[in-house]
Amino acid sequence: MPRDEIDLRYTVERLSILDEDGNLDEALAPEASDDLLLSMHRTMLLARRFDERMLQLQRQGRIGTFAPVSGQEAAQVGAMAALRKDDWFVPSFRESAAALWRGTPMSTLLLYNAGYNEGGAIPEDSHDLPIAIPVATQIPHAVGLAYAARYRETDQVAITFFGDGATSEGDFHEALNFAGVFAAPTLFLCQNNQWAISIPREHQTQSRTLAQKALAYGIPGIQVDGNDVLAVLAATREAAERARGGDGPTLIECVTYRLSVHTTADDPSKYRSDDEVEAWRARDPIPRLQRYLQQRELLTDDDIGELEDALAAEIEEAWRDTKAQMERLDDPRNMFEHHYAELPPYLREQRDAVAGRARED
Amino acid sequence: MAELTMAKALNLALTQEMARDDGVMVLGEDVGVDGGVFRITEGLLDKYGEARVMDTPLAEAAIVGFSIGMAAYGLKPVCEVQFSGFGYLAMHQIEAHAARLRWRSRGRYPVPMVVRMPYGGGVRALEHHSESKEAFFAHTPGLKVVIPSGPRNARALLVSAIRDPDPVIFMEPKRIYRAFREHVPDDEETLPIGESKTVREGGDITLVSYGSMLHPTLQAAEQLAEQDGAEAEVIDLLSISPLDDSRFTESARRTGRVVVVHEAQRSFGPGAELIARLVEKSFWYLEAPIARVTGYDVQVPYFAREADYLPDAPRILAAAREVLSHA
Ligand SMILES: Cc1ncc(C[n+]2csc(CCOP(=O)(O)OP(=O)(O)O)c2C)c(N)n1
Ligand SMILES: [Mg+2]
Repeated sequence: MPRDEIDLRYTVERLSILDEDGNLDEALAPEASDDLLLSMHRTMLLARRFDERMLQLQRQGRIGTFAPVSGQEAAQVGAMAALRKDDWFVPSFRESAAALWRGTPMSTLLLYNAGYNEGGAIPEDSHDLPIAIPVATQIPHAVGLAYAARYRETDQVAITFFGDGATSEGDFHEALNFAGVFAAPTLFLCQNNQWAISIPREHQTQSRTLAQKALAYGIPGIQVDGNDVLAVLAATREAAERARGGDGPTLIECVTYRLSVHTTADDPSKYRSDDEVEAWRARDPIPRLQRYLQQRELLTDDDIGELEDALAAEIEEAWRDTKAQMERLDDPRNMFEHHYAELPPYLREQRDAVAGRARED
Repeated sequence: MAELTMAKALNLALTQEMARDDGVMVLGEDVGVDGGVFRITEGLLDKYGEARVMDTPLAEAAIVGFSIGMAAYGLKPVCEVQFSGFGYLAMHQIEAHAARLRWRSRGRYPVPMVVRMPYGGGVRALEHHSESKEAFFAHTPGLKVVIPSGPRNARALLVSAIRDPDPVIFMEPKRIYRAFREHVPDDEETLPIGESKTVREGGDITLVSYGSMLHPTLQAAEQLAEQDGAEAEVIDLLSISPLDDSRFTESARRTGRVVVVHEAQRSFGPGAELIARLVEKSFWYLEAPIARVTGYDVQVPYFAREADYLPDAPRILAAAREVLSHA
């Protein structure tokens, strides 16, 4: 009856490829065409500028509360860029950069943030799920989608995004366990942005990494420099290949930082120091990629200037489009739509009463 | 006496109860350093320390389940669910255990805890941040469901809820956290849980409401008096479980006409139970069909259309006129 060690050969790796000065570790670098690099850069920058514009619109009362993505663009764009259009995308509520990569129009995102359910509409040919606000509750859906894809013998995978705080919820653990048990081709992309509103990462769990939570469920976990778009790309690609090949799920912890407010209703000065924010600003994923692209002469200062102008124009165009849509959406009966395939009789009565009231006003 | 918002009045209740009883514990997401996303727990961490004011990991089931354990031990946890729309993640703990532990243990383990949760619309919030699903809790035996309507009663009811020997779901109408101020006495004040209150007297029609909807209901009552010369009696339920049906059924026997107002969805909402009690206890005195002004049977729309969903004074006034129009 010995008391000895169980032979668990578990390790957790940390992956970083592009350092803060934009220098590349050639041996680890994933294959990425110039086009891919430039389009990742473009989407990351667009996401940043879009965030800034939305913050203005929110402060002016034109749109409502939203969760800015600033600082996390590499984690989102790097991961999505590793996947195919027909892979499933299961976001939480801070995934605007990932959504832009997927081709979600900015006007749709703005419409959502302006308080219209129509902003959540998903086009027929898309494999994206809508925004999910209750933390971690979307994670099991990705496992179900992934399992269904395998059952139907496609080689699609499903990726779901969530935060460091989400790893404390039961749904996270239950979903990882399901994915392990059923070998569902799921990529769990945790954006460890160091904060869950006011709760710092160290207070969220005593685990040294979030990646290691995978080990309890018998699936691989890896920690990645989440501000390094190439590391995220490489790790996600590797996980996707494994999943497509039938080798099951992976948990990817992207170590990153929320540079902005939690949401526009939040005041971070209550719980974190400017020094901390500034230290992370120095690791901003966008200038880092930009430095690398400039070293490789894929991008010049002039190019960046032109790109900035083009993105600003796109954003303004989107806002104009959103405003036009809002004008067309002023019928209060819209609130009765899409609860059921067919509106039940009692709801029809209620809808008609609303219509009557609108006419009287 | 100080003029306090409801947010400050709730804070006063917590501050004083924690001073009075070292078994009172406060826990939840962001309740400590941040002082709560609505600042209801502001200052408590500094005063009472992190053993009693706990910033928890992000896990509603554990927040409630852990509170149940503390309560079974004999402490008095006051936990916060950041928004009622996230309370479902703790629903099994609330239904299977908070509500039943006294019953299951044949009285050995009462669960003297409070689950505070902001509820309701009107603040231009995101999905899940505007709903009013108090009926879920009121439908569960073993739970009490308390819903204040202003600073003074919020303070007094929260004190009573903390001292109550049973689990209380304390739903705070977030729309009025800072909407107005009232005199709130510095000295301790409590209100009995399960007792409603007549907030306006009148003999022509009875309007019953609670929470933030009390305010448009009162507005409608004033307009009815000014414009139609009809005097409405307005009753504030304050608790929907236990439901005090003595007052509104008595009022209905005098006025013969009733309008029930809530922002919760209509079907199977609290109004349905109220009207059933009226039918059971006041049927022979009714002079007109009872009306209810409620949210529609839809999910609360995103905020651009929230005003179309939420009952307001014009809708209540129209319903009252309709009820009064029956000869
Ligand atoms: C189930 C649930 N509880 C509480 C909230 C309120 N809330 C919104 S975001 C958040 C923190 C989330 O932290 P994290 O998972 O790290 O994601 P991040 O916001 O940092 O992207 C909280 C508590 C919620 N949306 N859902
Ligand atoms: Mg976080």
